[in-house]
Amino acid sequence: MNKLLPLLIGAIGVLLLATLMLVILPAWQLRTSQPPAQLQPYTEQQLFGRQQYVANGCIYCHSQQPRSTGQTLFDGARGWGRASTPGDYFYDTPHLLGTMRTGPDLLNVGARLKSRDWHLTHLYQPRAIFDWSIMPSYPYMFDVKDEAAQDDVVVRLPAQFQPPGGRVVVARKEALDLVEYLLSLDRTYPASHEELQKRDRGYDHRPETAADGHAG
Amino acid sequence: MTPILGTLLATSFVASLVALGILVWAVANKLIFVGKAEASTIFMEGELGHPDDSSSFGKQNEDESHHFDVLRAGIDRAGKGPVLVLITAGILWLLIGSTFGVIASLKLHWPDWLADVAQITFGRARTLHLNIVAYGWLSVTGIGVALWLLPRIFHTPLRRPNMAYLGAFLWTLGVLGGTIAVANGWSDGIEWLEFPWQIDLVLALGGFFLAWPAIETAARRKSRHIYVSGWYFLAGMVWFPFLFLVANIPGLHVGAQQATVNWWFAHNVLGLWLTPMGVGMAYYIIPKIIGKPVYSYNVSLLGFWSLALFYSQVGIHHLMGGPIPTWAVTLSVVHSIMMFVPVIAVAINQHVTVATNMWAFKQSMSLRFVWIGALMYTLSSFQGSIEAIRSVNSITHFTHYTVGHAHLGAYGFVSLVLFGTLYYMMPHIVGRRWPYPKLVQTHFWLVVVGFTIYFVSLTIAGVLQGMGLMDPGSSFAEITRSMIPYLEGRSIGGTLMTLGHFVFAAHFALLLLKKESSTNSVDTFAPVKAS
Repeated sequence: MNKLLPLLIGAIGVLLLATLMLVILPAWQLRTSQPPAQLQPYTEQQLFGRQQYVANGCIYCHSQQPRSTGQTLFDGARGWGRASTPGDYFYDTPHLLGTMRTGPDLLNVGARLKSRDWHLTHLYQPRAIFDWSIMPSYPYMFDVKDEAAQDDVVVRLPAQFQPPGGRVVVARKEALDLVEYLLSLDRTYPASHEELQKRDRGYDHRPETAADGHAG
Repeated sequence: MTPILGTLLATSFVASLVALGILVWAVANKLIFVGKAEASTIFMEGELGHPDDSSSFGKQNEDESHHFDVLRAGIDRAGKGPVLVLITAGILWLLIGSTFGVIASLKLHWPDWLADVAQITFGRARTLHLNIVAYGWLSVTGIGVALWLLPRIFHTPLRRPNMAYLGAFLWTLGVLGGTIAVANGWSDGIEWLEFPWQIDLVLALGGFFLAWPAIETAARRKSRHIYVSGWYFLAGMVWFPFLFLVANIPGLHVGAQQATVNWWFAHNVLGLWLTPMGVGMAYYIIPKIIGKPVYSYNVSLLGFWSLALFYSQVGIHHLMGGPIPTWAVTLSVVHSIMMFVPVIAVAINQHVTVATNMWAFKQSMSLRFVWIGALMYTLSSFQGSIEAIRSVNSITHFTHYTVGHAHLGAYGFVSLVLFGTLYYMMPHIVGRRWPYPKLVQTHFWLVVVGFTIYFVSLTIAGVLQGMGLMDPGSSFAEITRSMIPYLEGRSIGGTLMTLGHFVFAAHFALLLLKKESSTNSVDTFAPVKAS
């Protein structure tokens, strides 16, 4: 190894091979996905809410990729939904698959927790709902007022979490948008056979039956 | 389409093996010659056989290393300014980055602590910690070391130091800009790529001005042979810009496909940027301190190219069980297992060299940091290969176990090697010994004990969490409650590590500010004379 140019060309060549295998070929295969018929594009408010999800780093504790029953029965038992397929993320930029489950998977949170009030309370103070929760509270997405204005959304709180002196907690736009996004998360429609073929099926015991991906 | 992809997958693997086979054959038949003579090019005439570490071997060794360093000091001098600027900036980022790490860690078990300060909510503090230590501490300090080390192995002074100053300034500005952006909620939202792409342009420009002097110095080298550290540094300097630019192109990547780009990038930042820097430094510092060339230099060639071939394709194991094709995941699993090849090659060279010279390990604090770091490279890589096996990954995926593993690599390996390297190189650069050797020991024990607590806590937490997430009978409440003691343990370990960093930074400041004392000086700035 005495020459500079062969070293640098070799190094780039190897990385190009890796780029072909890990970036270009998967892109070629995944970009053919069409949005599933039941999947709606995000509304403007949901997209604003999605920005809040990104800005506050929800992804670092919440994944958005339920696992198949071939891998674990836990996800199904929690009602997190069927294993996701590439088409489920058709409208997702940036992708928010996540790699950590300090909290539950959220890809179908809108299907299992449909109450806006529940989400607002939970964002303002998670421990008002689950005493064991270690999720951060997000007081900066809320205002504490003496009296709610006409179009204010007041957060419902148990007595010990209410601000003192009869004041009320109202949701700011950030909280309302974020909840709107969370409520939109619902990929519980069935996945097509072609779509299921495009996900990682390495854990499925019998890849020829599509049933594994549907269960849960 | 599946058979086509299957064939491609097998082709990629077979091609890698054939390429390595040819390499082994060429080395065995002396078509490529890398032997003891090449391994010894890091030593100057008469230097071989003399241990060198001004802070550890003390007076009896001083006259000798002193004499041999006169020539090399002429080489060090040209790059002294930018190297010192980069290292100082890197250490400042270390302090800021580890403080954010401690904040994030505390917030996981004190969720209402400082909750009304949006800038340090868990999701942002954690992101800032990662980006600052990766692009601030590890990258900036690493580049600083590279700009000091490359001229030495090339036997020629650093070219275009002014360009390096500009690069250091722009890069620091980029990291600062990214930090402010993310703290205020402006983020690209992709792990390891959170800094907004507009700010990444500043980083890219800074990187360009830092890489240019290195490449130009390499092109005008006086040594015929490029020492192995040079392969790693120079390759890293072309790999990282390529990765960074492709991954950051706005609007190009979407949906599930973006996830594959995400982990192609994020794992290659470790594999093709931080790892080459750490391995390259250890390859230089270990033999230099001991005064003997590495154990088996031709194996280092195999180690380098197999690292490039296998490490570059392992990233998709982060998406195991996810909405991306089975073949891509399998490809990364196979290459993850193949990582045993480069890791063992490096291990043979570095560990045998130290293990046969334990006297040096006992005496030199610098070598102690570097070798323990090198051992952690071996361990974290073995652990990474095992984690990529599907049955193991089923449990460790989505858990704190992965966080522990990431820190074994980025901290146990790269950061410890950096600490040791800085302890070795700073006296050569400033011409003075470290003023308080006791502080080096304090630093060492704080980070070693702290990191052990940190790693053990997260590993146990991760296994418990992973078992819970596999058991349909368990509940999220149970899993979360069982995590708390280990998360607290992690905060204790992380705090000790951070204290160690403050001790280190204070010692570094004292070394820079201290007036030269005649008894304690190493005269590295005498005029260059031929030996």
